[in-house]
Amino acid sequence: MSDPARALSAVLGRGSAHEGAHHWRAQRLTAVALLLLGPWFAISMARLPDFSYGSVHGFLSGLCNSALLCLLAACLCWHSQLGVQVVIEDYVKGALRMAALIVSAFLHVLLAVLAVLAVLRVAFTAH
Amino acid sequence: MAHRPLSPHVFIYRFAYTMALSILHRATGMLLSLGIVMLVAFLLSAAGGGDSYERFAHFAGYLPVRIFIAGCIVAFCYHLSNGVRHLFWDLSWGMERAQARRSGAIVVVVTVIASALLLWVFFARHGVAP
Repeated sequence: MSDPARALSAVLGRGSAHEGAHHWRAQRLTAVALLLLGPWFAISMARLPDFSYGSVHGFLSGLCNSALLCLLAACLCWHSQLGVQVVIEDYVKGALRMAALIVSAFLHVLLAVLAVLAVLRVAFTAH
Repeated sequence: MAHRPLSPHVFIYRFAYTMALSILHRATGMLLSLGIVMLVAFLLSAAGGGDSYERFAHFAGYLPVRIFIAGCIVAFCYHLSNGVRHLFWDLSWGMERAQARRSGAIVVVVTVIASALLLWVFFARHGVAP
């Protein structure tokens, strides 16, 4: 079987809500993306001469940098949401669980939108 | 939840350090989720102009915030390198006990080196954190 998510599902032999494979695949996909974007961001920040406003703003206003930062923000928030969801499903019981899942999803979307807006704002005000 | 038979209780197992690595992956993931808030605040402050960025830099200078940022840097290095280990496991590679122990040791070494480097650059060479 070529698809690992489907293979795992078959091995576990459990009735499916038809969401598990998608969750599994999205978590791995964002993980691989973050494996590239994470070190890129860390190294880029480390390579700045300092953390003054000029240096940071200069870095953020590069076209390539802002594109990669938008991708980083989207992948980070998506990957984080998937992880927090698993933790909530494991540890939160009863009526609180659904509430916690909804709050987590909303907050992650909000964070992603704010990050992308911030990056775009720098990109479009740069000279 | 239905009354299903419980799988063997966690605490009957003899402790192995690979267990600690496993729970650390989850713990560092949760810390990094909180770290996203800091990252977004950093981006928003930079987008708001020089004054707002200075306010963020001032906030990031407080000791508890610096400790949080340092924790996020270590957690980032650990979660990333241990994540590679998980991805290899997904390909059914390295699942033997000896291999899992060896890759776990590699993850610890990589984490120590990478976070020492990043912490040095961010805190010592760049002065204060952002």
